[in-house]
Amino acid sequence: MPALKQLSDLLSAKFPDAFLEVTEFRGMLSIHIRGGLILDLLRMLKTDPRFAYNFLADITAVDHLKKGGHTRYSVVYHLLNQHDAKRIVVHAWVDEENPELPSVYALWKTADWQEREVFDLFGIRFEGHPDLRRIMNPEDFGFHPLRKDYPLHGRGERDDFPVVGRTIGSKWPADRSFE
Amino acid sequence: MGIDRSGRGEWLTTTLDAFVNWARKNSLWPMPFGTACCGIELMAVLASRHDIARFGAEALRFSPRQSDLLLVAGRISIKMMPVLTRIYQQMPEPKWVISMGACASSGGIFDTYSVIQGIDKFLPVDVYLPGCPPRPEAILHGLISLQKVIMRDSMQHYQQLDGAAPG
Repeated sequence: MPALKQLSDLLSAKFPDAFLEVTEFRGMLSIHIRGGLILDLLRMLKTDPRFAYNFLADITAVDHLKKGGHTRYSVVYHLLNQHDAKRIVVHAWVDEENPELPSVYALWKTADWQEREVFDLFGIRFEGHPDLRRIMNPEDFGFHPLRKDYPLHGRGERDDFPVVGRTIGSKWPADRSFE
Repeated sequence: MGIDRSGRGEWLTTTLDAFVNWARKNSLWPMPFGTACCGIELMAVLASRHDIARFGAEALRFSPRQSDLLLVAGRISIKMMPVLTRIYQQMPEPKWVISMGACASSGGIFDTYSVIQGIDKFLPVDVYLPGCPPRPEAILHGLISLQKVIMRDSMQHYQQLDGAAPG
């Protein structure tokens, strides 16, 4: 795997407009790129024999509402090279107004449900996804709850159900005591 | 209650309420609704060491139409609540509900947008079982508590059913 400087130079030459930076934390390299070219970058990381990150371990996302960052959301791809057990993290930054990314379903079939999860919880759309539906929340759920401007206790969804009473009289005596 | 003391045991006198309640409390058929770790404790209470069959409630039925005790074991999400309500409504009367564990009773530690903060907000609960999860002994204690509730039941409560369909 190329070291930080080499990787940074290579990416800034290959993606001059989209490439942002490469950071390192405890030996783990993170590539930061603008979202539009994420499919090209991941295809290179998968197919180029210098990288050969053949396994997509996870897709998740971060909402940098007040945290600061290049844009509001970053979609995080965790890649694994199964031949020499090397990992790398790719952050695809998408903006608040139009949170949309190309789907990587064409590269890894596992991206199907993982992109649906990111869509469900963050509202980031994946262009070219074969079936972009909510995966965990109810279909009529109106919000994307992992966005930081969504309140922890929700907007009343958990209290919005019909109350079912007893169909026959109370089985409890009036004073609610027994034995 | 009067019993034939002649030694032959041929008759006893009692009230219909007491006799019916006695039969019902000792033959509960639970519908297990296990959604979390409480469901694992529920499996333990079915097994030989704790043996819920000693209290007549070993006939678990995964069909609500064959059950009279809804055992809600675990947290209920907003996606699961309509399912739970439908299952409760499908159970025939008489029916009882045990809310097992902190999550089913109050939401537990899961004070978030997606977890119902206690099923008793939407369903009538007869017995609450504290614990996270409750030990099998606690489940048996809850079952015995429910049996005491059932003994206080009366046929008078069912007269409302005449003429009006339940639910």
